[in-house]
Amino acid sequence: MFVYCDNAATSPICKPALDAMTPWLTELYGNASGVYKMARDAKTALENARRTAAECLGVAPNTFYFTSGGTESDNWALKSAVEAAGETRRHIAISAGEHHAVLHTAESLKKKGHPLTVVPVDPYGLIHPKALLKALRPDTAIVSVIYAGNEIGTVQPIAELARAVKEKDKNILFHTDAVQAAGHIQTELTPDIDMASISAHKFGGPKGVGALYIKSGVKLPPLLHGGGHERGRRSTTENVAGAVGLAAALEHMTRNRDEFSRKVTALRERLIEGVLSAVPYSRLTGHRERRLPGHASFVFAAVEGELLVCRLDCKGVAASSGSACSTASLDPSHVLLAIGLSHEEAHGSLRLTVSHTNTEEEMDFVVQTIKTVVESCRQMSPLWNAKKGEPLNVY
Amino acid sequence: MYTDRVMEHFNNPRNMGEVEDYNAEGTVGNAKCGDIMRMTMRIENGVIEDVKFKTFGCGAAVATSSIATEMVLGKTVEEALNLTNYAVVEALEGLPPQKIHCSVLAEEAIKAAIANYRENAANLT
Ligand code: FES
Repeated sequence: MFVYCDNAATSPICKPALDAMTPWLTELYGNASGVYKMARDAKTALENARRTAAECLGVAPNTFYFTSGGTESDNWALKSAVEAAGETRRHIAISAGEHHAVLHTAESLKKKGHPLTVVPVDPYGLIHPKALLKALRPDTAIVSVIYAGNEIGTVQPIAELARAVKEKDKNILFHTDAVQAAGHIQTELTPDIDMASISAHKFGGPKGVGALYIKSGVKLPPLLHGGGHERGRRSTTENVAGAVGLAAALEHMTRNRDEFSRKVTALRERLIEGVLSAVPYSRLTGHRERRLPGHASFVFAAVEGELLVCRLDCKGVAASSGSACSTASLDPSHVLLAIGLSHEEAHGSLRLTVSHTNTEEEMDFVVQTIKTVVESCRQMSPLWNAKKGEPLNVY
Repeated sequence: MYTDRVMEHFNNPRNMGEVEDYNAEGTVGNAKCGDIMRMTMRIENGVIEDVKFKTFGCGAAVATSSIATEMVLGKTVEEALNLTNYAVVEALEGLPPQKIHCSVLAEEAIKAAIANYRENAANLT
């Protein structure tokens, strides 16, 4: 059996998206900026895709800009927001639960002289309006808060947070990285939210395409200059097939959301309950209820996550970890540290993200496999007391 | 990213555990990512008669400890001291660049265990 449990990393392309894309990758290859019929058809497809996708998010089509993915959208939002804010507003505030695309962008702006505040999260990964307000300064240009966390799946009270920021200072721009949330949960892009990033491959669309929602009236200079595509805001030859795929996938998710979300939540619960009862000294990270439907994340005492992931892979389970050994930098995940885990605890992290294509039987197989693999990893761990069946320094 | 040989070793590690009547013990830590390796040996007449490891670390760390124990088992202390992490990496048919530091741990654990053995021996005489 092979069970793919890493849908938060990327998801398989769904049939409606693939079917919708195929013609635009084959016979209908025209450049959407041309004047002949083939080009005009491509342009029409692009605009239809924009309308469909915008509708799914409940926003106007002319506020929806295609990009190359979540990372570009996040870079665009932050870099251009501080550029537009000018000399009087240079400060940036982000949450401690951000994806690297926001965190590293903010850190690079910090190096260029923009003061940066990282707002702490609570042990469940939630950001409290009070904590966020405390971070604001008279010169704050932009606040960026992730809609739902990629590592621990916690869903933030985004509308409430955006409201709090705007009530304090309506000139601060509010951006949310909704890459994990879009399609999977009903995202509320309220008028207090100025910008939102999404990425197609996280919800069954193709890789290499995403979007940035920019509320009308928000002045955001382009990140990419060139031929003036996307109404002068984002230049590069339009990725028509990608846009069509994004829209088809988002529509598929939106139409079936109630059904998918019910099914995925049940699978996730089966997984969480199964793992917590089968594996001693395991615990869930993130919020028990306020989490993405398909997101289950754990820490296991006295086990190293990279080894866990490698051995699970050999047994047919694809998952991921935020342990130090599994990152290129050899630092444990900043999100796991932000929720108060020690380096040792973060070492034993495992993330499983399931989709509506998974089955109950697969969840039971995953639970059994995790149980076996964790047990055998602990047998070789110098931090595990095999006789007593407990970790040495009780976590 | 791992070679078949690395995977084979972290899935079926050799000499895993603790030598029952060990007279040499070395525990080393990796400052880079915070991993821990513990080697125990029974050394008789300058020969490593038995060796076992326990490792808290990534797949590469487990594979290097496993193969390193195979490489020093039955060898003299002097031979074991000559084992380098390069030899270990070579025996595993290579490691990804960001995992080379894990192989240093195995070399260090063996050296630490032998140093401990020599200390014990010196204290006895
Ligand atoms: S032991 Fe941490 S990266 Fe290998």
